[in-house]
Amino acid sequence: MLLAIVVNRLAMALVTLAGVAVVVFVLLRVVPGDPVAMMISPGAGPAEIAALKAHYGLDAPLFTQFWIWIKGVVTGDFGTSITLHLNVTEVLAARLPATLELAIAALLVAVILGGGAAVVGTLLRRTPGEAVIDGLNSILLAVPDFIWALALVLLFAVALPVLPLTGRIDPALAQGFVTRFYLAESILTGRFAVAGNIVSHMTMPTLALALPLAAVIVRLLKQSLKEAMLQDYVLLARIKGFGELRLVLQEALRNAVGPTLALTGVQFTFLIGGTVIVERIFAYPGIGNLAIDAVINRDFPLIQGLVLLFGLIFILINIGVDLTVAALNPRLRHA
Amino acid sequence: MFNVTRRQALAASGGLLTTLLAPQRFASAAVGNTLNIAYNVNLPSFDPQVGPSSVNPTIQAIYRSVFDQYIGQKPDLSFEPGLLTGWGWNDDKTKVWMDVRENVVWHDGTPFTPEDVIWSIQREGKPDGGNPVSFIWAGIDNFKVDGKRITADVKQYDPVIFKWMAFLTGYILPKAYFEKVGPQGFEKAPIGTGPYMVDAYEGNAYLRLKANPKYWGGKPPFETVVFKFVPDATSRVAEIESGSSDVTLEVPYEEYDRLRVKAGLHGECKPISDIAQIFITNGGVMDDKNVRLAMCHAVDKDAIIKRLLRGYGVRIDTLEAPEYAAYDPSIKVAHDPELAKKLLAASGYSKEKPVKFTIQTTRGFKPKDYEMIQAIVGMWRDVGIDANIEIYEIAKHFELRMSHKLAPAAFYNWGNAIGDPTCSTGFAMFSKSPHSAWHSDDLDAKIGPLWGEKDEKKRIQGWKDVDRYIAEQGYILPLLQYAQPILYKSELKVTPNTSGALQPATLVAKA
Repeated sequence: MLLAIVVNRLAMALVTLAGVAVVVFVLLRVVPGDPVAMMISPGAGPAEIAALKAHYGLDAPLFTQFWIWIKGVVTGDFGTSITLHLNVTEVLAARLPATLELAIAALLVAVILGGGAAVVGTLLRRTPGEAVIDGLNSILLAVPDFIWALALVLLFAVALPVLPLTGRIDPALAQGFVTRFYLAESILTGRFAVAGNIVSHMTMPTLALALPLAAVIVRLLKQSLKEAMLQDYVLLARIKGFGELRLVLQEALRNAVGPTLALTGVQFTFLIGGTVIVERIFAYPGIGNLAIDAVINRDFPLIQGLVLLFGLIFILINIGVDLTVAALNPRLRHA
Repeated sequence: MFNVTRRQALAASGGLLTTLLAPQRFASAAVGNTLNIAYNVNLPSFDPQVGPSSVNPTIQAIYRSVFDQYIGQKPDLSFEPGLLTGWGWNDDKTKVWMDVRENVVWHDGTPFTPEDVIWSIQREGKPDGGNPVSFIWAGIDNFKVDGKRITADVKQYDPVIFKWMAFLTGYILPKAYFEKVGPQGFEKAPIGTGPYMVDAYEGNAYLRLKANPKYWGGKPPFETVVFKFVPDATSRVAEIESGSSDVTLEVPYEEYDRLRVKAGLHGECKPISDIAQIFITNGGVMDDKNVRLAMCHAVDKDAIIKRLLRGYGVRIDTLEAPEYAAYDPSIKVAHDPELAKKLLAASGYSKEKPVKFTIQTTRGFKPKDYEMIQAIVGMWRDVGIDANIEIYEIAKHFELRMSHKLAPAAFYNWGNAIGDPTCSTGFAMFSKSPHSAWHSDDLDAKIGPLWGEKDEKKRIQGWKDVDRYIAEQGYILPLLQYAQPILYKSELKVTPNTSGALQPATLVAKA
């Protein structure tokens, strides 16, 4: 059945991506702002403008432009970036690992912080401790990621300058990598000083992305845990003499985690979207930062590639969440 | 397949923790042989001859670190030898000559030759080559080399071609190397003849440069220069305040004033070659001269500079800043609200029955742009002008301007780092330019003959006369010349550049 789910989702993903491709292509050419208008010199005449449009393939009819682009996409060629002068596929492949490492780190931190706080809140239910956790969580929920980013900058880069503010790694250490997964590679190859440097660069953007997600996890998981703690099987375990911590972790958590997992998957897609602003603030070289420059410069091939990549990531995350939920819940597996 | 033992995992965790917990205080870090610059823009491309980056003025400081221009430019906008040691026209201006600097080598050790100069000009002049100002470079052709001297025929006389050689896209690239590696290969491993060589680059993060030991202009002041690409102004402030960077620029004026007096930091905020102006597009109420002149006389530019820009800026009444070749201080457009009211009354407008139109502006693209327009609209309201503010993105501005569809009034900033009037008044006001908003035959008749004027004195005077005429007609509303805030550690000495390009090789040194 899991295979059927995968096949079904992948088929739908192809249709979705095809729709995204058409929409982004048409939208870019309909909304004001054209890459040639962004670069023509003051003295350029109609002939120079036409030559520039021809140089970037923007002079052909819309359908012809789309056909040329989509034929390339099917073979993995997203065209050449107007601003970077590089193959878009290569650029995306070079930048994606940075964002993936950041997003996965943020997800891990959010799950650990949010899950831990939810468990502690459940253990402390009906005590002042629960009110403290709920109060702090409300603050976390109310503050968006970019505000956290600015607050962290002020705290850890200005008031108490213990963390590097910008970049992914100290430029002096950024050499000798085989892959673009700097953190994973440095850990796996035992370059711990380099890994530490990368982690120190990632700490603030990771926290900025993780804190709002952690708050969502706390709220949902804590509510699910509280409901689970009222179920008969928990009562039975309690009668058997299980301690409170064991009740929460061993009995309630497994049944309560389903809805949280599904929501975390959805929130993870928002977290990927959040990298756009957070990467900008921390000058982090991922696809989010790249996306802002691409939009400012109206770099059509790059924007198109980025939107398709974001779409693919969102679809894969959703498939992953569906499969995980199905694996954890046998009833869904046979539905 | 990696097998990680428990011992390795513990060692990894220990190593990470130790590194993370190690003191990383940057504030007291002294400037050594590495200069860290928190730079305000990203470097998208290493090719300074083609594409959008080549005409982006804010990137020129980086390009000038790696490449050399045909002709150099001093901080006061005057020109100096670059890779050309001499240049000029023959008497009847049908030919140009250029003397090429000798004993210069590319970063890969190969010699720089006159062929590199010719190939660069020809590449830039190809109409379908992607150079946004190809028409400038295409003006000379039929090159001949005699020793170190290159001569060429003038196909179309352009009095400012040599000034462009110190301006946007005016860089020399290595012919043999470029042809060998191709455009994408060059992006991945660029070489120039400049004071610094590319050591490492991560787009949207940093560019690390190392000193070129064979640089013809002498040893650069720092062994290593790191440009950190930090487009967010708050982050740049944090970079300099925490000591993580040694220099930064383009921070908000409030932050500049706060930090320039802080111990360990210095600041410079000098006028640069960027100006703010309001385009006026002909048609509708703007065809009424009284309305246009009332718009101009109603604006108190000094108050805007003092109150919104904390005094950092210079009022202008033409499109020429004081450092430009055709600046004429005698041309004044007075702040006179009473005169504005009289002019409007003559056309039947008053505070009770105001003239109405839309003004477009960016928001956050330049310092206090939206706030400036809010203030101006308030000043206009006091005399009988009711302007509706419409915010647009800069990309939309370019497209609207190119298609002559801007609103009756539109705020914009304009750079002119060579200070020639063709690049300010000329391109902003000549109707054939895609960047002009006011299109009228009377103005074209005055500007047209100046493009090919061969007598330099007569040419500059001609532009001054055009500027006076524009001011009298109210065809555009010049506002102010921007100042560029630069913050740096007190161990450094920074020389502001009027062009705005903060070049680490020549303008930043140890104090």
